[in-house]
Amino acid sequence: MSTFQSARSIAASVSTGESSSVDVVSQHLARIEEREEEVHAFNLVLRNEALQSAERIDERIAAGEQVGPLAGVPIALKDNLCTRGIPTTCSSNILNGWRPPYDATVVSRLADAGAVFVGKTNLDEFAMGSSTENSAFGPTRNPLDTSRVPGGSSGGSAAAVAAGFSAMSLGSDTGGSIRQPAALCGVVGVKPTYGAVSRLGLIAFASSLDQIGPFTHDVADAALLLECMAGHDPGDSTSIPHPFPSLSESLDRGVAGLRIGRIVDLPSGADADVAASVDRAFEVLADAGADIIDVTIPAFTYGLTAYYLIAPAEASSNLARYDGVRFGSRVETADTNSMYMATRGEGFGPEVKRRIMLGTYALSAGYYDAYYGKALKVRRLMAQDFATAYESVDALVTPASPSVAFPFGSKTSDPLAMYLCDTYTIPSNLTGHPAMSVPFGAGENGLPIGVQVLAPAMGEPTMFAVAAELERSAGGNHV
Amino acid sequence: MSDSATWTHEGFEMVVGLEVHVELATETKLFSGSPNRFGDDPNTNIDPVSLGLPGALPVLNRQAVELAMRIGLALNCTVQACTFARKNYFYPDMPKAYQISQYDRPLNIDGHLEIADGIVIGIERAHLEEDTGKSTHIGGSGRIHGSEGSLIDFNRAGVPLVEIVSRPDLRTPEQARQYVNELRAILVEIGASDARMEEGSMRVDANVSVRRPGEEFGTRCEIKNVNSVRSLGRAIDYEARRQVALISDGEVIQQETRHWDESDGRTHTLRTKEDADDYRYFPDPDLVPLDPGAEWINTVRSQLPMLPAARRIRLAEVTGQAADSEAIATVVERRQDDYVVAVVEIGGGAERVLVHVKEAFSEQGSKPSVPATDLAALVAMEVAGELTSTQTKTLLGDLVEQGGGDPKSMAAARGFEAMDTSELDGFVNDAIAADPDAWAKFCAGDGKAMGALVGHVMKASRGQADGKAVTAILNARKG
Repeated sequence: MSTFQSARSIAASVSTGESSSVDVVSQHLARIEEREEEVHAFNLVLRNEALQSAERIDERIAAGEQVGPLAGVPIALKDNLCTRGIPTTCSSNILNGWRPPYDATVVSRLADAGAVFVGKTNLDEFAMGSSTENSAFGPTRNPLDTSRVPGGSSGGSAAAVAAGFSAMSLGSDTGGSIRQPAALCGVVGVKPTYGAVSRLGLIAFASSLDQIGPFTHDVADAALLLECMAGHDPGDSTSIPHPFPSLSESLDRGVAGLRIGRIVDLPSGADADVAASVDRAFEVLADAGADIIDVTIPAFTYGLTAYYLIAPAEASSNLARYDGVRFGSRVETADTNSMYMATRGEGFGPEVKRRIMLGTYALSAGYYDAYYGKALKVRRLMAQDFATAYESVDALVTPASPSVAFPFGSKTSDPLAMYLCDTYTIPSNLTGHPAMSVPFGAGENGLPIGVQVLAPAMGEPTMFAVAAELERSAGGNHV
Repeated sequence: MSDSATWTHEGFEMVVGLEVHVELATETKLFSGSPNRFGDDPNTNIDPVSLGLPGALPVLNRQAVELAMRIGLALNCTVQACTFARKNYFYPDMPKAYQISQYDRPLNIDGHLEIADGIVIGIERAHLEEDTGKSTHIGGSGRIHGSEGSLIDFNRAGVPLVEIVSRPDLRTPEQARQYVNELRAILVEIGASDARMEEGSMRVDANVSVRRPGEEFGTRCEIKNVNSVRSLGRAIDYEARRQVALISDGEVIQQETRHWDESDGRTHTLRTKEDADDYRYFPDPDLVPLDPGAEWINTVRSQLPMLPAARRIRLAEVTGQAADSEAIATVVERRQDDYVVAVVEIGGGAERVLVHVKEAFSEQGSKPSVPATDLAALVAMEVAGELTSTQTKTLLGDLVEQGGGDPKSMAAARGFEAMDTSELDGFVNDAIAADPDAWAKFCAGDGKAMGALVGHVMKASRGQADGKAVTAILNARKG
């Protein structure tokens, strides 16, 4: 269980002048100095920029200004979020040298709330992977056991929080890329409702599935961070045009009277220690007054298959723009077509190429109906099945990851084994519903286990109430 | 070239459908806020969306949707709820390596357009899409193959286009020209586009096949690079003859895209069906479905101006001329029919007003500088016999040159007064005396000789004699 200071407490003490933002940032930079070589959470540490922003925040506070709810809080950004003038790589060689001319909407919103950005974190190339082993810049190691992966694709962001390099971080979740690494690193990770957080400035992997979300030490920090970044953005056509509900009141609500579902036909595959933790979570919730209700979601099983057609199909189109013409790397050759092939052949890693080929195939004339078209049908079926389940329950609880953190190289030779890491997380991306992983119990070698709480669209208040209850009973709530 | 209402060649008829792309006259681009302006310095009207930068997202332009709806309604289409799709292909001036277009659910479907002789051409669809950038190839032939290098201007990338696809209902080059001319007149009238083929704001591709009347459709070829209405007629005439010749030689037409070469008046293979891209269309996940709704559609419909066909009918009724007469077509094409109607309402003389506007107002545009009251006053004097037709023409020239004036005082200033008969008789006597040969020939029945006599009268009267009155006197004298 994490022993670092919560973001709430940092913001409170910086806002009142009790501690300086520069001191807080320096403490985090010192921890980075100490362990980053071993962990490799970052593609880029923004040491000078962070200290300069911290100085400005201290000046503003000294001048009596209100800085915002994240005053002086050190935050790490997944390196697929655009930062103006600062290299943004997606951990890919193909974006070598590119500096975005703009900030992602979430980046400007957090800056406006007083956050200090300490670095850009490592990820599986273009967010494709579950271990951060697919980064072009080398893997991130799990701070809790450096012989093991931190999960992925947002492994750097999960590790940064787990190692105390930043008080919070942002990741992106397309099929579990926040929740699975959160589970493996023992931190809280949230995938919000699709459209709750603007995707403008998030470098797309699969646009209909991608959502940006928080990594934090505890549930209350996750609520705070999500409240700071959610809300309508006219620059993202898929952004929900309604106010995002308040979460802070949900945290102490408890679960009395809530109906919490256990999916009886959940795909098997979770390790025994993980399954035991989930069973205990249901006991704890029942003890706290929730009604535990059995439900079936038959389409759950088909989620993985549908996902590995839809996500690569969208990716094959989203990643076509990396053609060497306008930005990023280019391999000079005699003519345009060979330039495309050489640039993309050298710029992309093997997993990205695999998914581009999968997706291109799934959309091809003559195969569309059999693959992509059928996957869309599964997606609709999934939405129907969840809608039916949510007629009788308010939230669902499942494992976040089938296992605790696994050793490096144990799944790299078998893409399918790696893909199975996302079994329990993928359905929420297909439905667009919110889901989060909260640390609950320990398994093999004392490594953390994450329990996943799922809720219907815009059901974050209920989801956070359940997560907060689990956290309380696990003894993890920070003060 | 067959220019009549029928085209047949060795027993074959041509079957032609046109795909017309028009750039919409919006303030900004289809999915971003950059100006939509022709002729600016290269790469000045660009932004992250136009360049397809990572993290950029499209936001649909409401004005573009409205103009596209106007086009649909003016072409008698059904306007429906629609979706956007990605058309994937690599080309250097295509920033994202996909074009956002509409595929299985276009905005406008099932319309029609009437050309001369009551022939109705079906409109299959009129959908919204974005334009590409513009490549300039340096060295070589000016095309990409064999060039030394290419420059790309992205000002045009993302400019809104509507693609209007006709059904294969055209049977002659003349019909194709009429269709394009009528379509252009409609687009200009409704303010959707300036529709200039020479500037590329209107681009026409022709699908051409041939068959013996009554047989199934033949294999079609698509003709590109047709840059004027005249070329369109030449290109499809050439292409249809080429296909007839091949079939007559026992060959089979291959489906392909062909390039019209203005300089040699032929079409040449651009790419065959085997080389055609598989566009892998799929719904664009960055955009949401667009449902204009009945209220918006009705508002747009109610704001449509009177269309060219209705204008020709109105002008025909006002002037008593045939709706398909050249004068009416010309005046409506110049959009001067409102002016003609206004002049006639003031002072009558409809037939004269139409003739004068057609003859003297070719440089005047839709709002002539001569006030309607001034032209009406001039025509009133002409009709009343106060001015000869020659005098009227002179004063009309003065009005145009001076941008208006009082015809009565202008006539007085030029010394134009109607001559009485005795004065005219004197001039006629002088003419007969001056040219007795002509008089003899005229009396012998040689009508041409009259011209010489009238010429004498005009010269002697300094053009102030009324030619009709002189003719009448000469005829009376001849007996």
